[in-house]
Amino acid sequence: MKEENYYQQLKGIVQPYLPEDVSVEDISPDSHFINELNINSANLVDIVLDVEDAFEITLENEDMDQMQTVNDAMVIINKKRSSK
Amino acid sequence: MQDRVVVTGLGICAPNGVTLDDFTNSLKEGSSGISFQQQLRDLNFGCQVAGVPNIKSEYINNYFTSLQLRGLNASGLVYGVIAGTDAWTDAGLTKAREDEPDWDSGVIFGTGILGVDKFRESIHLVDAGNTRRLGSTSVIQTMASGISAYLGGILGSGNQVTTNSSACTTGTEGVIMAYDRIRSGKAKRILTGSCSDSGPYVWGGFDAMRILPRKYNDTPSTASRPLSASASGFVPGSGAGALVLESLTSAKQRGAKIYAEVLGGAVNSGGQRGGGSMTAPNSISVQRCIKMALKNSEIESKDIEAINGHLTATGKDPVEVRNWSLALQRSGLDFPYINSFKGIMGHGLAAAGSMECVGTVLQFKEEQIFGNVNIDDLHPEIEKLVDKSRIPVKTINFRPNTIAKASFGFGDVNACVIFSNFKD
Repeated sequence: MKEENYYQQLKGIVQPYLPEDVSVEDISPDSHFINELNINSANLVDIVLDVEDAFEITLENEDMDQMQTVNDAMVIINKKRSSK
Repeated sequence: MQDRVVVTGLGICAPNGVTLDDFTNSLKEGSSGISFQQQLRDLNFGCQVAGVPNIKSEYINNYFTSLQLRGLNASGLVYGVIAGTDAWTDAGLTKAREDEPDWDSGVIFGTGILGVDKFRESIHLVDAGNTRRLGSTSVIQTMASGISAYLGGILGSGNQVTTNSSACTTGTEGVIMAYDRIRSGKAKRILTGSCSDSGPYVWGGFDAMRILPRKYNDTPSTASRPLSASASGFVPGSGAGALVLESLTSAKQRGAKIYAEVLGGAVNSGGQRGGGSMTAPNSISVQRCIKMALKNSEIESKDIEAINGHLTATGKDPVEVRNWSLALQRSGLDFPYINSFKGIMGHGLAAAGSMECVGTVLQFKEEQIFGNVNIDDLHPEIEKLVDKSRIPVKTINFRPNTIAKASFGFGDVNACVIFSNFKD
């Protein structure tokens, strides 16, 4: 249940960065941020900062490198939250 | 035969109006855009009045996407995007298609320093060892060319997209750069203009130089007093002005409205020699610039019917008037009408030239010369050179054919552009 909440929260974070021709319904756990959701790579930096603020966690450099898909982000968020 | 260059669009985001209608009315009526700034009082500024565009937050939503608005903290960028996109719309032009830029349209949009508040935010994060928290927009909001980059992206411009910077000359210089590029056949249309941030970090250095007025903190609308004996410094301002310059051929093909023709212009520098310095103009250089602008425009001194001066309301105003008089070889009743908009809007610094070019061009449309304000006491040195009747203190009905507009800036740099009433 908690995980589902995190997922919805993450979708809300990603939504403003989606280009006009991609809608929030297009987001699935497997979605690749840059290749599938067409998010500007520069904005991925902002998504990371928003995730940090929303979940009160800090992402390391390697976390940011690994965060390619929505699922990657979920794994990192769950790991960081559970170790808090 | 080189193509003629005309003005087909205007946009403004000024302390005395953020729409063309409000701006025009303010200039007609002489209603002040200068106000008291509590922040400057809290920070112990000597001068606590300034000219700041009055923009409601929901108004900004018309110009920026919600994503662009996230973390946006660059006032000059906001002013420039408002004025620039408004000028484009006013010219009846649309944004480029999604898949291809408009190769014939460019942007030359200047500034002095951009995104100062964003830069301050970034400095605090960097100093705290928190560089990773800067986000993706600290660069694009603080690079000088951020303003031309934003406008170029919004409009989809495929021609030259650049930012010029020459202190208070910037906006007028941009008009001449745009004119040159269109004249040489390298572009059909250039959106030109300039912007300047608001706030204590931009204005502080001028306050420290003691060149801002300190006696008018309780009476802001009387603080900026160009051409008067009691002028005691310029009121700091901010904002943006924008003009669409276009080849006459392109304007005619589109059936665009034409505000005025750009006959020509000149830029030069006094080299900080011969009395010129980093902060003071070499008078010979100013006179040469004016004379070169006439020559480039293929007109004679007698053709100039009005001047919109730089005239900042420092002790240097009489020097400027003398330079005009010597360059044009005209004085007394023979002197053209002369006005300064800085009494109403303050000194917009890098934005001054473009905001004042917009006001100058509006005088053709309105068939008026907008009045000067706060000259209860015309400077005696100026009165020796120019008959009082040539310095209107109220807006007068007059249909000008040719107006000269000049701006001068720190670094001893000058620009003079000649606008005329368009005749086919």
